[in-house]
Amino acid sequence: MDLALLIQTIANSIVAGSIYAVIAVGLAMAFGVMKMANFAHGEFFMAGAYVVYVFYALLGWPFPIAVLMAVPIVGAMGIITERLIFRPTRSNVLAGFMATAGLAFILQVLVGQAWGVGLMRSVPTPYMGAADILGAKIGWQRVLVVPVAIVMLSCLWYFLFKVKYGKALRACAQDPDTARLQGIGINKMTMLAMGISGASAGLAGALMAPIHPVTPYMGHGVILTAFIVVVMGGMESIAGAVLAAVLLGFIHTFVTTLSDAVTAQMVGVACMAIILIVRPEGLLGRVKA
Amino acid sequence: MSIPNWKPLFLLAAVIAVGCAIPFMVRAYTIEIFILFMINLILVCSYRIPATTGDWSLSHVVLMGVGAYTTALLSKWFDLTIFLTVPLSAVVAGIVGFIMVTPLIRTRGFGFFIASFALGELIRLIWIKFRYPFGGPRGMIGIPNGELGSIDFFEPMPYYYFVMAVALICLIIMYRIDQSRIGKTFTALYTDEGLAESVGIDVPRYRALAFGLGAFFAGIAGALLAHRLGAVDPKNFDVTTMVYLIIWIVVGGTTTFWGPIMGLILMTFIFEWSRPLLEWRPLLFGGTLIFFLVFLPGGLDDLFFKIRNKIMAKKSGAGVSDVAS
Repeated sequence: MDLALLIQTIANSIVAGSIYAVIAVGLAMAFGVMKMANFAHGEFFMAGAYVVYVFYALLGWPFPIAVLMAVPIVGAMGIITERLIFRPTRSNVLAGFMATAGLAFILQVLVGQAWGVGLMRSVPTPYMGAADILGAKIGWQRVLVVPVAIVMLSCLWYFLFKVKYGKALRACAQDPDTARLQGIGINKMTMLAMGISGASAGLAGALMAPIHPVTPYMGHGVILTAFIVVVMGGMESIAGAVLAAVLLGFIHTFVTTLSDAVTAQMVGVACMAIILIVRPEGLLGRVKA
Repeated sequence: MSIPNWKPLFLLAAVIAVGCAIPFMVRAYTIEIFILFMINLILVCSYRIPATTGDWSLSHVVLMGVGAYTTALLSKWFDLTIFLTVPLSAVVAGIVGFIMVTPLIRTRGFGFFIASFALGELIRLIWIKFRYPFGGPRGMIGIPNGELGSIDFFEPMPYYYFVMAVALICLIIMYRIDQSRIGKTFTALYTDEGLAESVGIDVPRYRALAFGLGAFFAGIAGALLAHRLGAVDPKNFDVTTMVYLIIWIVVGGTTTFWGPIMGLILMTFIFEWSRPLLEWRPLLFGGTLIFFLVFLPGGLDDLFFKIRNKIMAKKSGAGVSDVAS
C-alpha cells in the first residue's frame, strides 16, 4: 500500500464514518428515549434519497433546497411512526422493532409503486470534479458529506445540552418516571426523539442520493450498518454512536480496499457480535442494572 | 392397564386421511403449495421452541439454510440418499445452533434478537464469500430430488407423501417435547427466570437446549426445501424471509402449540389469494404484522382463548341468573 492509496483510503474512511455517524445518531437517539428500536431506519434513509430524487432530479429545484426539504418530510414520517407504532407497543421493545420491520415492507412497496422498482433512479451529481488532497482524489459530492455531518452533529449537541427541550429529552432518556415528575411530557419527548431520528436519516439519504444507487431497497444495507454502529457504541449513547461510526468507517474502508466488500461486512458483523457478547453495554454505554 | 386417550389419536387419523386424500383432489401446482406449506409447518413449529423460553432469534431462517446447504453438499459431493441427507442436515444444523447459542446465552431479549441477527448474517456472508464449496452469491444448483427405489421424488405426488410423513413425525415429536417436562421447563423459565433458577433449573443450559432443538428441526425443513427446489441461494435465507417467518408466528401467537400453525394457515391463504396483487404483497403482510402487534399482541391463539373465556363466562353467568330468578 503506497502513500497515495493510504491517504485515499483514510479520506474515504472519514467520508464513510461521517455518513454512518449521521445515520446512526438518529437510531441511537430513538433507542435512548423509551427504547424505540426502529427497523425502518434504513427506509427513512431511502425516503430521504427519494425526496432529493423528486425535487432535484424530477422538478429541477436547486440541490441544497432539495436536501433541506428531506429533513422535515422524513422527520414527519418519524413522528407518525412514533404515534402509530411505537406508542401502542411501548411496553415491549421487540414488538415495536418487529412492527417497524412491517413498516419497512410498506415503505418499500409504496416507493416502488410510485417511482418504479427496476432500474436505479439516477440523480445527477450537482457538484462535479474532485478535490486533490496530497495525491488522493475525492469527488466534491463526497467531501461535502463531512462538513454537513459536523454541522449537523454540532447542532444536535447544542440542542441536547443547551436548549431546554434537549435537556428534557436527555432527562427522559435517563429516567422517564422522574422526568415525568418534573412535568416533562413523555409522549411529546418520544415524538421529538423520533422526529429528530427520522430527520437525521432523511438528511443522510438526501446527501447520499447522487452517489448511492437510489432504489426502493437501498435501506437494506444501511440498516445493518446502522445497527452495527449503534450496538458497538452502546445502543443509547450518542457519543458512542459517533465514535463507533468513525471506527466502523475506517474498518469497512480499509478491509474493502485490502480485501473485498463481503469480507468488510463480515468483519463489521463479527465486531458487533463480539461487542454484544463480551461487552453488551458497548464502547461508551452506561452499565445497565 | 391405562385407558388410552382416543381423542388425539382420532384427530391424528383424520389429519392423515385428509392429507392422503388431498393430492387426488387438486392440481399439480396446488400440490407444490401443500409441499411448501408442510415444510413451513416444520419451520414455524421449530421456531416456537426457543420462542417459548423468550429467546426470539433473527437467525432461524439461516439455520434452515444450514440444513439446506448441508443437504446440497452431501448429496452433490457424496451422493448420499435423501434418507441420509435429511437427518444428517438436521444434526449439522443442530450442532451449528448449539455453537451459535453458546455466546448468545449471555444476552437476553432485544440483545439476543440483534446478536442472533449478527451471527446469522455472518454465516450467510460466509456462503456468499466462499465460491468453493458454497457457490458464492448465486448459491448451488443441481441438487438431486432424491428417490425411493424406482419412485422419483421429482414428481410432486411421491414427494408430497414423503414430506407429509416427515412433517407428521417432526410435529408429533415437537408436540411431545412441548407437553413433556422439558417443554414445561422452557415455559417456566420464560415466565419467571428468577423463580425457575431458584427451584434448580439450569437456565442457560435449557435455553441452549431449546435453541439447539429449534435449529435441529429447522435443519430438517431446510433439507426438504433444498431437495424440492434443487437449488440453494443465500438470498432465500436473508432477513426478509425471516420477517415472513416472524409474521406467521406473530399472527398465530406462541402461547400454545397450535398458535404458529394457525398463523401459518391463515397467512398461506392470504399469500395465495394475494397472487394477483403480487407487488403489493409485502405491504399487505407488513400491515398485517403491525395490526397484530398493535391490536392483538397475543396473536390468534390469544384471541381464541379470550373468545372461549367470554363464552364460558356468559354461560356460567346465565346459569347464575337462572338460579336467581
